[in-house]
Amino acid sequence: METINYQNFRIEAENICVDYNGKVALYDANLRLKPGQICGLVGMNGAGKTTFFNALTGFVNISKGKIRINGESVRSAQKDQTIAYVPQNEGIDSQFPISVWEVVMMGRYGSMNVFRCPRESDVQAVKDAIERVDLTDHLSTPIGNLSGGQRKRTFLARAIAQRASILLLDEPFSGVDIRTEKLISELFIQFKNEGKTILLSTHDMIHVREFCDLVLLINKTVVAYGETSEVFTPENITTTFGGISPDSLFGPES
Amino acid sequence: MELCSFLTLDSFIKDPLTHDFMRKALLMSSLVAAVCGFLSSYLTLKGWALMGDAVSHSVMPGVVVAYALGLPFSLGAFIFGVGSVALIGFIKQKSRVKEDTVIGLVFTGFFALGIVLVSKIKSNIDLHSILFGSPLGISLSDVKQTIFISLLVVILLLIFRKDLMLYCFDPRHAKTVGINVFFLHYLLLTCLSLAAVVGLQSVGIILVVAMLITPGATAYLLTDKFDNMTVISVLSAIISSLIGIYVSFWFDLETGGSIVLAQTFIFLFAFLFAPRYGIFKLKKLFAGYK
Repeated sequence: METINYQNFRIEAENICVDYNGKVALYDANLRLKPGQICGLVGMNGAGKTTFFNALTGFVNISKGKIRINGESVRSAQKDQTIAYVPQNEGIDSQFPISVWEVVMMGRYGSMNVFRCPRESDVQAVKDAIERVDLTDHLSTPIGNLSGGQRKRTFLARAIAQRASILLLDEPFSGVDIRTEKLISELFIQFKNEGKTILLSTHDMIHVREFCDLVLLINKTVVAYGETSEVFTPENITTTFGGISPDSLFGPES
Repeated sequence: MELCSFLTLDSFIKDPLTHDFMRKALLMSSLVAAVCGFLSSYLTLKGWALMGDAVSHSVMPGVVVAYALGLPFSLGAFIFGVGSVALIGFIKQKSRVKEDTVIGLVFTGFFALGIVLVSKIKSNIDLHSILFGSPLGISLSDVKQTIFISLLVVILLLIFRKDLMLYCFDPRHAKTVGINVFFLHYLLLTCLSLAAVVGLQSVGIILVVAMLITPGATAYLLTDKFDNMTVISVLSAIISSLIGIYVSFWFDLETGGSIVLAQTFIFLFAFLFAPRYGIFKLKKLFAGYK
């Protein structure tokens, strides 16, 4: 029997199942990602994309299967700050009285002491992260006063400040302006070169072709997984979206 | 005329202070208000108003049982407060009934149990003071307990204030970076039960939820910074308590009701005139005159 060397994989999900009070949200899902790989997670609403993220971050428990992050358990990945999660804009309370600086500083909480007092290195990491997403002019701006794109960049900065090696991004391109979209694209290339592993969910098929080395098509379970050029076929997409032809998804350009 | 009104204001404030019970009531209510106000910021942001209502009503049987057994009332209240939330969680998970319905039926059930127990036990429990509070008649042992619980809650909130803020804002991120969200959930719940226990002495079980949400809601309208929100919330809670007690002293009104009414008026003022989020945005009004 072949033994798998987990050290080669950043993320290793094997036959994972998640159910909420008996309602199956995801079953028999598999995923293996190496450093420097960008994988697109594509599926309809309710296909289990967010559930997949939740399982990888340990926000929900899996009922079956196994998840290894850098060869270790999800719990030790949490302790080691290995995974950063960038939420959908809709997934956060934009009226929360909190500034850009405070949000990005939250990326450092996991490695601070119990009082969460920032050290010099934390302050520097936050400064650098905010600079990378071009929000230096908005350090003390409440997130409620930001545009959708600026808010997205704030949470990206939080992930950068966390210095995680795995980034999970829920719909990174939805509701953002062109400038932010360009900045995120550039960051993706930098992250890839830094050897970070990225898993992003998206509705936008063009972005999948543009950035993703791999694609994972899901509809409660894995419909297809592999290199984008091989797997991202009209047939597979049609299956993933329950019979809707890819033409209507890609738009007139493709 | 000028002198006369000055004297009136002076005596308005100073006369009540000559009474021992008034000094005690003012001090204790301010302390309780500060604790509830502090917690209020978190509850408002977490959206736990209904949970606050549930816990504060559910402590009733705990208070009665503790009195009957001669235990500290805070212990009984705490057990029933946390118990009610556990029960709410359990029923929600095991049935198809919606959460707000479950909360409503659990806390009214507990509350009813408390009322029935009072009528059955008929010891020296004063139902009126439990329901409506009695800051003017607070006993020495109650004072000690209140101070102890208040300090405990304030210390817990101070230690975990940033974690709790993160928990209210983005629990998923908290979990992802290895912060114990389960612990924070129960910490907030524990603080809520304890604050309800001390709050009910001031304004009674029925109105204690106001102490736990109104100051936070007021502060939320006045600032975009979390730390400022906490400070404003605490200050508005303390000021309401002082106003409520003075007004109830001079006009012979129910003290608990007066305190909560003062909070409501401060909220309404913020609702109408808050610089950014009020209906008549004061900033804009003034800008027009410049």
